[in-house]
Amino acid sequence: MSRHTLSVLVENKPGVLARIAGLFSRRGFNIDSLAVGPTENPEVSRMTIVVSVDRLPLEQVTKQLNKLINVLKIVELDDQSVQRELVLVKVKANDAMRSNVLEVVTLFRAKVVDVAPETLTIEATGSRDKLEALLRVLEPYGIKELVQSGMVAVGRGGKSISDRNLRSVDRSA
Amino acid sequence: MAEHMTGAASLIKSLEHAGVDTVFGIPGGAILPAYDPLMDSEQVRHILVRHEQAAGHAAEGYAQTSGKVGVCMATSGPGATNLVTPIADAYMDSVPIVAITGQVPSAAIGTDAFQEADISGITMPIVKHNYLVTDPAEIPRVIAEAFHLAGTGRPGPVLVDISKDALAAQTTFEWPDEVDLPGYRPTTSPHGKQIKEAAKLIAKSKRPVLYVGGGIVRSGAAPELLELAEMTGIPVVTTLMARGAFPDSHPQNLGMPGMHGTVPAVGALQKADLLIALGTRFDDRVTGKLDSFAPDAKVIHADIDPAEIGKNRHADVPIVGDARGTIIGLIDALRSRKDDIEIEDWWQTLNGWKERFPRGYEEHPDALEPQFVIERLGQIAGPDAIYVAGVGQHQMWASQFIDYEKPGHWLNSGGLGTMGYSVPAAMGAKVGAPDKVVWAIDGDGCFQMTNQELATCAINNIPIKVALINNSSLGMVRQWQTLFYNQRYSNTDLQSHQFPDFVKLAEAYGCYGLRADSREQVDAVIEKAMSLNDAPVVIDFQVHRDAMVWPMVPAGTSNDLITTARDLAPAWDRED
Repeated sequence: MSRHTLSVLVENKPGVLARIAGLFSRRGFNIDSLAVGPTENPEVSRMTIVVSVDRLPLEQVTKQLNKLINVLKIVELDDQSVQRELVLVKVKANDAMRSNVLEVVTLFRAKVVDVAPETLTIEATGSRDKLEALLRVLEPYGIKELVQSGMVAVGRGGKSISDRNLRSVDRSA
Repeated sequence: MAEHMTGAASLIKSLEHAGVDTVFGIPGGAILPAYDPLMDSEQVRHILVRHEQAAGHAAEGYAQTSGKVGVCMATSGPGATNLVTPIADAYMDSVPIVAITGQVPSAAIGTDAFQEADISGITMPIVKHNYLVTDPAEIPRVIAEAFHLAGTGRPGPVLVDISKDALAAQTTFEWPDEVDLPGYRPTTSPHGKQIKEAAKLIAKSKRPVLYVGGGIVRSGAAPELLELAEMTGIPVVTTLMARGAFPDSHPQNLGMPGMHGTVPAVGALQKADLLIALGTRFDDRVTGKLDSFAPDAKVIHADIDPAEIGKNRHADVPIVGDARGTIIGLIDALRSRKDDIEIEDWWQTLNGWKERFPRGYEEHPDALEPQFVIERLGQIAGPDAIYVAGVGQHQMWASQFIDYEKPGHWLNSGGLGTMGYSVPAAMGAKVGAPDKVVWAIDGDGCFQMTNQELATCAINNIPIKVALINNSSLGMVRQWQTLFYNQRYSNTDLQSHQFPDFVKLAEAYGCYGLRADSREQVDAVIEKAMSLNDAPVVIDFQVHRDAMVWPMVPAGTSNDLITTARDLAPAWDRED
């Protein structure tokens, strides 16, 4: 199994997320990560879905997604695309440890967004690898709370996803 | 020009604009506002059924004989959930229907209100698309889209759930000139390059088979299929959903493939070097164990739904397009090279199988055989009648022992396998084709799930005929218990030779009730039923319960393990 990143443009209508999430689960696919938000066009939302599947079932799930009336377009982004996640992490940091933790924050170009006597809350963005490394380094200090966003991704270069032909994936059928 | 009216009136007007002439349904609290203007519609006839499931199956039957989109209507909560089975059925068999349900007022949605069910959420996996409408202004657009979606591309069910306040509120009605669905663009014309590739494979194949499915019926491609088959001389197998898509009397028709298919049809697929699969989906009931299905065959797979291609079996030449357009393309591409097709040896093998494994059944010394009844029914009612089966043994026998000559004359629940389909679907079929003789061929188990619709038929002058193949058991389940569960008949004895008395039941519903329990009586009761057209007719054929459906490929095994009778397997490779 390999990881694939799908960018899915959908009509911004109620229930679309349920249709897509439901389709993945009923066809037996696990979603590793999912992020949804509006695009430059207010009528269109963009979902970034990361799945671990083999090539053949990926083709099947893409075709099934394309059958959803509210799905406008599906593009698989390659490894070269810009891929980012966001984490907010609350780390134990008393007077003795605070400067050590702050050093990690600087090293990873993260940000402190809240301070309390016994904790620091850190915001970081980056690729999955970078964030995993950050969390590994923070772990020994004691992570009290962790929240991560789904991944968002965009292709490199001057072209936009809406330049390409609609439904570019299912044409291969 | 926009007109002012209630949402309910806008709904009825929208249905009229969509060309609806018949709606099957039952009113209730949340849909009540819609039933008021419906009463005044001169165009739309509402047929009051006795259970919402029947409304859905009737809409399916109506759609398949009229060629239009079938419509059913129900109230919120239990009314809507009773539609779930026929909606799933229509989804599996690609039948165009629109289901309209009332929903609790929008302010009450999500509060577990009386008769509230999230029907759009519930039906999400079994519809082509669905809508929840709370703004009355959206009603015309949504109805226009619903009919467009249901009837085009790969047909299917669309549900429109409308809140009671949206039906009651004042709004303006304006019918949209066109639908705007940017995410819906079905590919109907096949790609020329793929057609050429397919023609190349066909021209050099030695053991080709046209494996055709329900897509032929849905796209109206039967005449083109006949032309392609006769031009190339290639044998044809017709799946359960395609019975009648190619005439059974045609010498190139090998019959139905699959679990209860003919030996020639199953053998042809197993030994083929090329499958030309048109409007069919490699269902498990056809393929048996997938990795041993048609092991030597290359596959040309044409379907209007790209998701079907490569789903179960890799396609060497995938073609996205409707069956009719694809066949026309193939005819053009093959016209100049039809003489390249050399399949005399193949036909020798196939004809050998046809001779050695003809249709037949085991005769019983002193009881009525169900196969005999169905065979005689087909011979007496003929190929112009429409036959609508339930699910089980009688369904398989009806597909095997009736000769279908025309598309659209065989209706059944193929994909979902819905017991109880027959009577309501036959009712809808008769409404869609009032001049045709419509025979429901039903089992005693199935019949008892939906026979209340005999009242609907009697009251509304829908004179269907029901051939009840009454073996007093859940016959197909009993057959599996015979074969795979050591004849331990757990809960399959329905005792329906006595309970109920089906003749009395028919009469209680205002229908004719007839009975036959011997061969000698069969023709007479069928002819009697054919002569009675002022009310529905039910014939209780009391048949013996040990009849089995043969041939059979045990579930989950290779098609090579087909048996023509218990422990009797044909040898494909016998050289003689």
